[in-house]
Amino acid sequence: MAWLGFAKLARPALCSLPAASGHVAAEIMDNVRALIVDDSSVMRKIVERSIRQAGINLAEVKEAANGAEGLGVLKDGAVDLILCDINMPVMDGIEFLRQLQSVDSAKGVPVVMITTEGSESHVVQALSMGARGYIRKPFTPEQVKEHVVPLLEGKK
Amino acid sequence: MKTANEFALPNATPEGWLPLLELAVREVFEIMLGCKLELQSEPTLNSGEITAMVGLAGQLCGLLTLRCGTQSAALMAGKMLGMDVKQADGQMWDALGEIANMVAGNFKNKLTGMGDKCMLSVPTVITGSDYNCRSMADTGPLELTFVFEGAPLVVAVEIHS
Repeated sequence: MAWLGFAKLARPALCSLPAASGHVAAEIMDNVRALIVDDSSVMRKIVERSIRQAGINLAEVKEAANGAEGLGVLKDGAVDLILCDINMPVMDGIEFLRQLQSVDSAKGVPVVMITTEGSESHVVQALSMGARGYIRKPFTPEQVKEHVVPLLEGKK
Repeated sequence: MKTANEFALPNATPEGWLPLLELAVREVFEIMLGCKLELQSEPTLNSGEITAMVGLAGQLCGLLTLRCGTQSAALMAGKMLGMDVKQADGQMWDALGEIANMVAGNFKNKLTGMGDKCMLSVPTVITGSDYNCRSMADTGPLELTFVFEGAPLVVAVEIHS
C-alpha cells in the first residue's frame, strides 16, 4: 500500500529536527494555512495528505484548480504556504508565479512547485519567478517534507 | 537539428524506448499507488473501458494512452487516495488522467535531452471501448500490457517524428 509509507511518517516530523529548534519548529509547524493549486482534485488531496504526513499541522487548506483561481483565493485571505502545479488550463503555474509577485498578501510566502514538468529549464524558470522549491511527480511524502519544512522554518 | 531519436541515445530507436516506458510506468505505480505491476507477455485483446490520453508536443510528438477497466480505474483512485474503492469511485477519471500525466512526464524525462524539448497536454479521459483512435503517428505504437490487481492495464505511446 502506498500509504503505508505515509503512515510511517505520521509521527511528528519535528523528531528529526535539532533539539534546540524544537520549540520554534513546533510553532512554525502549527496552524499553517496552505493553498494548493492543481487542476486534479485527486492530486490536491494527495498533496494535502503529504503535507500533513510531513508533520505540518494545517489549520486551513485552500484549493484552486488553476492559477487564476489561486490568485482569486489569495484575495480572500493570506496563506503561509503555496504548492502549485505547472501544467494547468486557464492559467498555468509559471504565469501564476509571475502574477503572484504583485500580490501583497503573498509577499514572503514560500511557493513550491509540484509538477511532472521536471526539466532543468522549467526548474530554472520557476525558481527565477520566485518559486522556492521544486518537486517532480511522482513524489514521495519524504520529498514533500524535505522541501517544505525548511521553507517554513526559514519563514520564521 | 537533432531528432528525438538522436537525443535519446543510446536507446536510439522508439523500440529501444520500451524499457524506459516500462520503468516510467512502474515508478508511478510504486510511488503513488504503492503497488508493483507485473508485465504480461501477451498483448490483451480487451483494451478496457476507460482511456486516459496525454499529448506530447515539440521535438517528441505523439500520444500516450493508458487503458483499463472501470473497476481497475476505481481501484487505482482508491489506492492513490488511500480510501475505499466505493468512496473513490467518483474520482477514477481524475485519478487515471493524473496517472497518465505522471507516466508521460516520467517517460519523457527519461529520454536524454527530451525534458526541455517536449511538452505535455493536460490529460483527457474517455469512457467506452467502441472507438477508433486515428493518430498522426508514423510508427506502430510502443505498447506494454501490465497486470494490475489481476486485470490488464495497457500503456501505449504513438510517436509522430
